[in-house]
Amino acid sequence: MTAMLETRGLRAFYGDFQALFGVDIAVAKGETVAIIGANGAGKTSLMRAISGILASEPGMIVYRDEPIGALAAPDVLARGIAMVPEGRRLFPSLSVEENLLIGAYRRNGEGPWTLESVYELFPILRERRNNPATALSGGQQQMVAIGRALMSNPDVLLCDEISLGLAPVVVRDIYAAFPRIRQTGASIVIVEQDIAQALKVATQVYCLMEGRVTLSGHPEALTREQIHQAYFGAPRHEHH
Amino acid sequence: MSIIDTIVQGVLLGGLYALFAAGLSLVFGIMRLVNLAHGDLIVLAAFLILLLSSALGLNPFFAALIAAPLMFVAGWALQYFVLNRTLGNDVLPPLLVTFGISTVLQNGLLEAFSADSRRVSIGALEGASTGLGPLNVGLMPLITFLSALTVIFGLNQLIYRTALGRAFRATSDDIVTAGLMGIRPQRIFAVATGLAMVVVTIAALYLGTRANFDPTSGPSRLIYAFEAVIIGGLGSLWGTLAGGVILGVAQTLGAAVNPEWQILAGHLAFLAVLVIKPRGLFPRAVD
Repeated sequence: MTAMLETRGLRAFYGDFQALFGVDIAVAKGETVAIIGANGAGKTSLMRAISGILASEPGMIVYRDEPIGALAAPDVLARGIAMVPEGRRLFPSLSVEENLLIGAYRRNGEGPWTLESVYELFPILRERRNNPATALSGGQQQMVAIGRALMSNPDVLLCDEISLGLAPVVVRDIYAAFPRIRQTGASIVIVEQDIAQALKVATQVYCLMEGRVTLSGHPEALTREQIHQAYFGAPRHEHH
Repeated sequence: MSIIDTIVQGVLLGGLYALFAAGLSLVFGIMRLVNLAHGDLIVLAAFLILLLSSALGLNPFFAALIAAPLMFVAGWALQYFVLNRTLGNDVLPPLLVTFGISTVLQNGLLEAFSADSRRVSIGALEGASTGLGPLNVGLMPLITFLSALTVIFGLNQLIYRTALGRAFRATSDDIVTAGLMGIRPQRIFAVATGLAMVVVTIAALYLGTRANFDPTSGPSRLIYAFEAVIIGGLGSLWGTLAGGVILGVAQTLGAAVNPEWQILAGHLAFLAVLVIKPRGLFPRAVD
C-alpha cells in the first residue's frame, strides 16, 4: 500500500522544548491508524503538527506527494485533512448546528457529508440542533466535534483523544460511528489512551514514547509484551 | 410636554452616539481590539465626504455612498497590514499603535484641511422637521436614529444569520480552532475592520451634517463611543444602541437644566451605570 499521508523524520518544538524527535508514520487511503502512548509521549504534538497548528519543516509531512509541513492550519484543511481537536474545542457562542456548519466553512469539494448525513450519524444532535454547543453532555459534544470535522468532507480525519473523560458506554456509541465514516473512503488517524479500544478499530498501530516511535505494526501481530515495553520503555516482567 | 420633547431629542441624539460606537463595538467584540483612533477615523471619513461633496458637487448622501467602499478598503488594509501585527496576549501594543495612528490622522488632517472647522451642507434638509404625534422633530435627527437602527439590525443579521457572521463568532471564541475550520483569522479581522469603517462612514455623514467638525474632533467622539459601548455591555450591539440612547437622553436632560451641564450629565450617567452594573447593561454571556 502506498501512503497517502506520511511523516518523515518529523521534529516539532514548543519554543525550546522539543516534542517530536524524528517520527515516521504512514497512513494509506482508507486505513485507520491508531497512535498510542503515555501522557507526554508526543501524540497530541504529532496531531498538531500534521494539522498545521504546530509548525514543522515542509518535507517532514507529505500528503499526496506534496510537502505540507510548513502549511498553516487553514491550508492543511483545504487539502482535505480535518481534525477533531483534543478537548473538543467547540465554539461556545455557536449553536450545535452552527458548530456543524462552521465545519463546512471551507469544504473539500463535493462529498458525502451534509448536515443531514451528520444528523443521521448522530441523531441526538438533530434534537439539540438549536442548543448552545457547550450546553450538551460530554459525549454529545464529542459527537458535535466529530460531525464538525466531517462537514469539511475530509479525506483524512484526525481524532485526538476522543474518548478522554467519557464513560465507556458513551465511548462505545461514538466508536459505533466509525464504520460509517470509513465507508466514505476516508483515512482515520486516532490518538487513543485506551489501548484496547485503539487495537479494536485500527488497521495499523504506532506507539510513541518520549517523542519517538517505539513500536508499529498490525494490531493482531503485536503482543501484549511488545506493547507494554513500547508504552513504558521497560519489559513487562521487570515491573513485578 | 417639554420634558417628553427633551427625552425624544435625547433618544434621537443617542442614535448618533450609537453610530459612533457600533464600529468600535463590532471590532472589540470580534478581536478584543480597542481602537483609540476610532474617533479620528470618523473625522477622516467626514472630511472624505466633505471633499467628495464639495469637489464633485455631490449630494452628501451620495458622497457617503462613494466614501463607504473607500473606507472599507482603508480599514481592511489598516487591519491586515498594521493592526493584525499588534494582536496577541498583550493589550498594550494595539493601544499604543492606535494611539499613534490617532496622532498621525489628526496632524495629517490638520496639514491637509487646516484647523478651520467645517460642515457638510445638506441644503433644505438642514432645518426640516416633521410631526411625530404631538411632537415636532428634526428630520435629520430622525434619519440619523433610523440609520442607527438599520445599521445595528443589519450588523446583527450579519453576525447571527450568515456564514461570515459565524466565522466572526467562531474566531472570537477560539482563534486556533477557527484555523482548523479553514478560517483565516487575519482576513476575518480585516473584513471586520473594513465593515466597521463602513459604519464609521455612516456615522461621519451625520456627524458632518449635524455639527461643525475639525481635525481635532475625533477624541471627544471616541469618548462618547466608548461610553455607549461600556454602558450597553461589551460585545452587544443592541446594548450599544441602548448605551447611546442613555447617553443622549442624559445629555439633553442635563442641557435642559443648564446648557453647561450637557456633557457632564452624560458622563455622570455613564459613571452611574458603571457603579450599578460594572459589566454594562447587556453583557455577553460568553467572554
